Order: sequence, then structure tokens, then C-alpha cells
Amino acid sequence: MRMKRRKRTVLTRIRDVLFCAIIYLFLFLPISVIVVNSMNATTSKPYLAWKGFTLAWYVRLFDNTELLGSFRNTMIIAVVSTLLSTIIGTMGAVGMYKYKFKGKSIIDGLLYIPVVIPEIVLGISLLTIFSKVNIPRGMLTLILAHVTFSIPFVIFNVRARLAGYDNSIDEASMDLGANRIQTFFHVTLPVLAPGIAGGALLAFTLSIDDIIISYFVNGQVKTYPLRVMESIKSGVAPDVNALSTLILIATIVFVVLTQSGILNKNKKR
Amino acid sequence: MEDRHRMHNFRSNTLPAIVMVGPVTLFMVLLVAVPLIYVAVMSFCSIDDNYNVVFQFTWKNYVRLANADYMKIYGQSLLIALITTVLSLLIGYPFAYIISRSDSRWKKLLYMLVIIPFWTNSLIRIYGWRTFLGSNGWLNTALQALHIVKEPVEFLFQRGTTVLGMVYCLIPFMILPLYTAIEKVDGSLLEASSDLGARRIITFFRIVIPLTASGIFSGCLMVFIPCLGYFFVSEILGGGNSDVIGNLIERQFQSGNNWPLGAALSIILIVVTLVLVKLFQKAGGNMEDLGM
Repeated sequence: MRMKRRKRTVLTRIRDVLFCAIIYLFLFLPISVIVVNSMNATTSKPYLAWKGFTLAWYVRLFDNTELLGSFRNTMIIAVVSTLLSTIIGTMGAVGMYKYKFKGKSIIDGLLYIPVVIPEIVLGISLLTIFSKVNIPRGMLTLILAHVTFSIPFVIFNVRARLAGYDNSIDEASMDLGANRIQTFFHVTLPVLAPGIAGGALLAFTLSIDDIIISYFVNGQVKTYPLRVMESIKSGVAPDVNALSTLILIATIVFVVLTQSGILNKNKKR
Repeated sequence: MEDRHRMHNFRSNTLPAIVMVGPVTLFMVLLVAVPLIYVAVMSFCSIDDNYNVVFQFTWKNYVRLANADYMKIYGQSLLIALITTVLSLLIGYPFAYIISRSDSRWKKLLYMLVIIPFWTNSLIRIYGWRTFLGSNGWLNTALQALHIVKEPVEFLFQRGTTVLGMVYCLIPFMILPLYTAIEKVDGSLLEASSDLGARRIITFFRIVIPLTASGIFSGCLMVFIPCLGYFFVSEILGGGNSDVIGNLIERQFQSGNNWPLGAALSIILIVVTLVLVKLFQKAGGNMEDLGM
């Protein structure tokens, strides 16, 4: 009886490990295609046939000003929109937690829209309004759009930390002579820090990966995903693969360095 | 005296409230509410000969939505979204279950390995699939080398390839809420169930599934809805053979240049979203779960 049970647990374990291995294979397969193709010596379109190993694309990448420029745009938009949405979202989350005011439930309801609505609807609605009020499409509209869809994610992350927030520590701080601003920066903010960091990370990720919304509000400015989209039509040159591989390596390093810490903090909430 | 008190209260609460909540209110009103209302208005507008939007009331756009070709695409789009959601759930649930119940030494690594692929741009990953599945891609090369097939098999540009791409893009939105929900299940409940003689399969269906229902609902919602709009997946992998509603909208705002018609098509997506969110809330889903 016991033998039987042990045999069964071993079998389920093997089954579980196999199942997960297949899923990870599925998740990483297209990425490995990109990494391998970034080292492909082929020089003719569509750059797919394997012609031997080379690192030449990594060198050529640095001459491709258009590609690097699009990457720079993506980084600028991601950094600026992450900063703005983190600040606006954090203030909003704290404000909505602390104060009662008319129309609060309306703002609350509006926050869910960018989260649930298909991105294409948000994209075209921003396009139509920007064109209606004659805001020229470009960096500014891209940043405004990215801030808009990032704010709710920041707010929900900060709110999760606020759920356990004890208002009396603010009162204590003020009783001890600190003003509102000092209290916010020295008392409230440190407590919320993990939620803010989580929200900022999410905002950054959403921004660098966004295609659909950027596609409608970019004007002439090309972000990295949009540049990739353009090059897909003609066959993605290995220098695009090379840049993607470099970004992948950078993110893996970043994830390994930070993720463990963030995960730990999130679990405590 | 009372006035001064009130005055003080006003100054002490209204100003900070405005400062804190003002910016988010501006963004949500001006860049979410107003644009969506404007899209709704535009869906009743006409266009002139130069494709400019003119504010002349018409039902025409909505009549055109009932076009038979469009109807076919709505059906196809809903079918693709449904299959994608079911597959993501069937794959994502056991997967999330296994990693959340795994040894704590491994758990972090396994979780990270789910996230990392999604830090590489999704377009380039979809293109990776195209490269892999193409007529001279790895899969066909391998199949031919192993003499399983003589001629390259056309894997691309079929509805199935689009579903594959959709599942690939959207499965983290299924796995992550499920993982969070399963993590919260109290292990002692499972022990109690097995002590009382329930078989593991019974415990799973009677205890684990009901306790994680909110994760299942939010995962399904977060996969199904975007799937209707992800036009680039069907464009790259489906080759126009498996359009979703997003493709129809994209065309009207780019090449077709009929914005009012595109706006009316977007209203379909808005309505579908509203209905599903209402169902989600009826089923006891928590909106906060959707923020990941």
C-alpha cells in the first residue's frame, strides 16, 4: 500500500516536472530563435537561412542610427512616463485613501477603464481627441498616452499597501510637530515604498513593450516596438535581433538583481 | 468662531485633496472619459469626400456593422478569443498550481522564468514564432531532416497559428492572477480534506477550484478581452486569414481612413467589455484583482 503511494508520488512529480518543462520550452522557444538568429551570418533577405556564426550584427547595430534612435525614444518615453505616472499615481492613491470628496467613485470607476478595455480602443480614442484639439502627434502624445495607461497600475499597487496603513502614525507625526509635507515624505512614503516600486516597475514594463497604443499616437516618432513592426514587413534584419538579445540580457540581469527583493516585499502585504 | 473653524477645515483638507487627487483626475477625465465619449459621438458622424469627419448625425456606421463580412469576423474573433482563453486556462492553471506548490527554493526561480520572456518585446517574440514555423524555419527543417515530411508544411497563416500567438502573448495574464490566488489557499484545508478521506482529484475540484475562482475569473477576463483587439498577432501569424475585431478597427483608422466607422466598431468592443465586466462582478470577481 505504502509502496504504491510512494510510486504514485514519484510518478506525479515526474509528470509535473515534464509538464512545466514543456511550458517553459513554449515560453522560451521564440526567444531562442531570436538569439540564435542574431548570430546568423546571412546577409540576404529575409535573413532566415542559417549561414554560419558571426557577431558582426552586434557591431553593425551601432551604425544603425535609426534603430538606436528608436530605442532611445523608447527609453526616454519609458523613463519619463514611469516617473510621471508613479508620482501622479502615488499622490492619487494616498489622496483618495485619506480624503472624502464628491465624485471620488467616478474617478475610481474611470481607473478601471485603461486596465480592462482593449488597448486598441484606448489608442484610437486618444488619437481622435489629440487630432480634435490639434495636439501634434509625437513625443508629447506618446508620453501622455503612456502616463494614462500606467497610472491605474501604479494606483492599484500603492493601494494594496495602503490597505494595511495605520492613519494614526500620521497623526502621531503631526502631533510631534511635523507638517503635512514632512509627514508625507518621512512617514507615509517609506511605508508605501514597496507598492510604489512595484507600480513603477509595472509602468516601465508596460511602456517599453507597448505597441498598440503607441501605434496610433506616435505621428512620425518611432519607438523600438514600432520600428520592429515596420521591419517585420521586410524581414527582421539580424541587427534588430542583436539589439533584442542585448535587451534580453540586460533585463535578465536586472530581474535577477531586483526581482527576489520585490517578490519578498510583495508577499508580506 | 464656527466660521473660522470651518474655514480652517476647508483650508486644511480641500487644498491637499486637490493637490493630491487633481492630477490623476485630470488624466482620467481628459484622457480617458472625454476621448471615449468623443469616440461614441464620432460613431454617429459622417465623412465628407475627403474623408474628413463631419458632425452630421447618421445611423449609417451602425448599419454597416451588420454587414455579413463583418459579422463573420466578429464570430471568428469571439471564437479565437474563446479558444485562447480556454487553452490559457487549461495550460495556465496546472502550471500556476505546480509552481505555487513547489519547493520554496525553486519557487522564486520558476516565477522569474515566467516573467522574463515578457520583458522582451512581444512583437519580436511573435516574429520569433514566425521564423520558427516558417516554410524554411527550424521546425520544417527538422521535420525534413528527420524525413517525417518531404515538402515544407505550411504552419503559418492559419487560424491555429493566430491562436498560438494569442495564447503565447496573453498567458502571463492568466498565470499571474492564478498564481496569486493559489498561493492564498490555506494548505491545511487540503490536508483536512484528505484526512476526511477525499481523493486528491475531489479535493482539487471541490476545494482548490472554488477557492481560486476569483483568480480564474480575472485571468479569463484579462485574456479574453485583449484578444479581441490584438491585431498585430493575426497580422504577423495569421496573414489576414484570421482577422480579429482589432484588425477591422485598425484598418479604418489607418488605410481605410473612415474614422466614424472605426469608432462604431470600437463601440462593439466597449460593449463586449462592459458586459463581461458586469458578469465578472456578478460572479463575485474583485475588480482590484485585475490590476495584477
